[in-house]
Amino acid sequence: MKPEGLRYIDEYRDSALVLHLSNQIRKVSKKPVNLMEVCGGHTMAIHKNGLTGFLPETINLLSGPGCPVCVSSQTFIDHAIALGNLPDMILTTYGDLLRVPGSLSSLEKEKAAGSDIRIVYSVLDALEIAKQNRKKQVVFIGIGFETTAPASAAAIKKAEMDGIRNFYLLSSHKVMPPALEALAAGDTKIDGFIAPGHVSAITGYGIYQKFAKVYKRGVVISGFEPADILQSILMLVKQIELSNYHVENEYKRIVKPGGNPKALAIMEEVFIPVDAEWRGLGIVPESGLAITEKFAAYDATRKFDVKIPESKPPRGCICGEILTGKSKPSDCRLFASVCNPLNPVGACMVSSEGACSVFYKYRA
Amino acid sequence: MCLGVPARVIHIDGSVATVALGSVEYKASLLLLNNVNPGDYVLLHAGFAIEKIDPAEAAETIRLFNEISNMYEE
Ligand code: SF4
Repeated sequence: MKPEGLRYIDEYRDSALVLHLSNQIRKVSKKPVNLMEVCGGHTMAIHKNGLTGFLPETINLLSGPGCPVCVSSQTFIDHAIALGNLPDMILTTYGDLLRVPGSLSSLEKEKAAGSDIRIVYSVLDALEIAKQNRKKQVVFIGIGFETTAPASAAAIKKAEMDGIRNFYLLSSHKVMPPALEALAAGDTKIDGFIAPGHVSAITGYGIYQKFAKVYKRGVVISGFEPADILQSILMLVKQIELSNYHVENEYKRIVKPGGNPKALAIMEEVFIPVDAEWRGLGIVPESGLAITEKFAAYDATRKFDVKIPESKPPRGCICGEILTGKSKPSDCRLFASVCNPLNPVGACMVSSEGACSVFYKYRA
Repeated sequence: MCLGVPARVIHIDGSVATVALGSVEYKASLLLLNNVNPGDYVLLHAGFAIEKIDPAEAAETIRLFNEISNMYEE
């Protein structure tokens, strides 16, 4: 059901181009390499389009931590559930989060049991719900990286401007560079990063220099269409074959060297970096975004004092290892047997961009 | 979550743009992006326009795709 040609999409899906790029990769790739696609959106695009079939055996792709739902800690889900149990509370969130198992329940189960939990497409929809329900408290459960964090920040500023005082953010927003650094310094063997295109649209290139210069890894910022991804892999393979590590940008039509200054400024005004827990990586210094003092009135953590049960990670789930490129979904004993999208054991099976759910959906 | 789509700006009303993806229209907040005009393509992400699409760079990328790699051939 594609109405008319989609500009800036169709031309990057051209099958002759995909084949051509595949041949180029086969031609230059000699050494075996491990490339991490950091972003869950890339994991999805790779498997949906069967791109691994266009790659030589020398290239091993590892999924990364760029799946916001997957890296959100169990404690965070439990926190959200506890908020949902408060009287006169409306919880709002992006849809993916609903089915993530917390320690004892999930937001979906709580919703069925009577909590008022609503899925929104944009944080501004949550703000609108707050406007329409002045007698209730409306919490937006904010997850995501540099792409969604500025949106949450903009919503808080708009709430202030429009005098909406019953809107709060429960922030699990995170930033990418500290997590990538934890990976680069860790024991996963990664020769190059397929860097997240839309995070980079906000941040610009600067954040990656260290990975090329200090850690000697290839870095290519990539778009999300099949030709984009293959071209980025080709660029990485060349860097690694020549041991010439630097930051390249395949996604120049979107990503500017300095990123999006307006989004960065709003983010900086509303958020302050704090240590944060990532599933798979543990506590990563300065990788989370908490709300600054100035906007404390919009902070659900400060406003609502709730008791959060001690978290119990799901038994047998190796989601954390998958998010750090150490394992693949098929290495999990529960994969596709006990754990599937209808009955997810861990967060990686829930999100549409979680590696387990992607591998399940597109498995041969 | 980080999925974004290129959409064409049809018109702008204050900080909200109406954008088209094919023949389907959406609202896009302009709170995170300056200097947007009707006719521009923007990247729409969770209800926000987060970047403009550069048509010259888009064409250049396609040109680069078609290049022949010659790193091992002289
Ligand atoms: S298949 Fe299920 S249980 Fe296994 S790692 Fe993935 S989410 Fe966890």
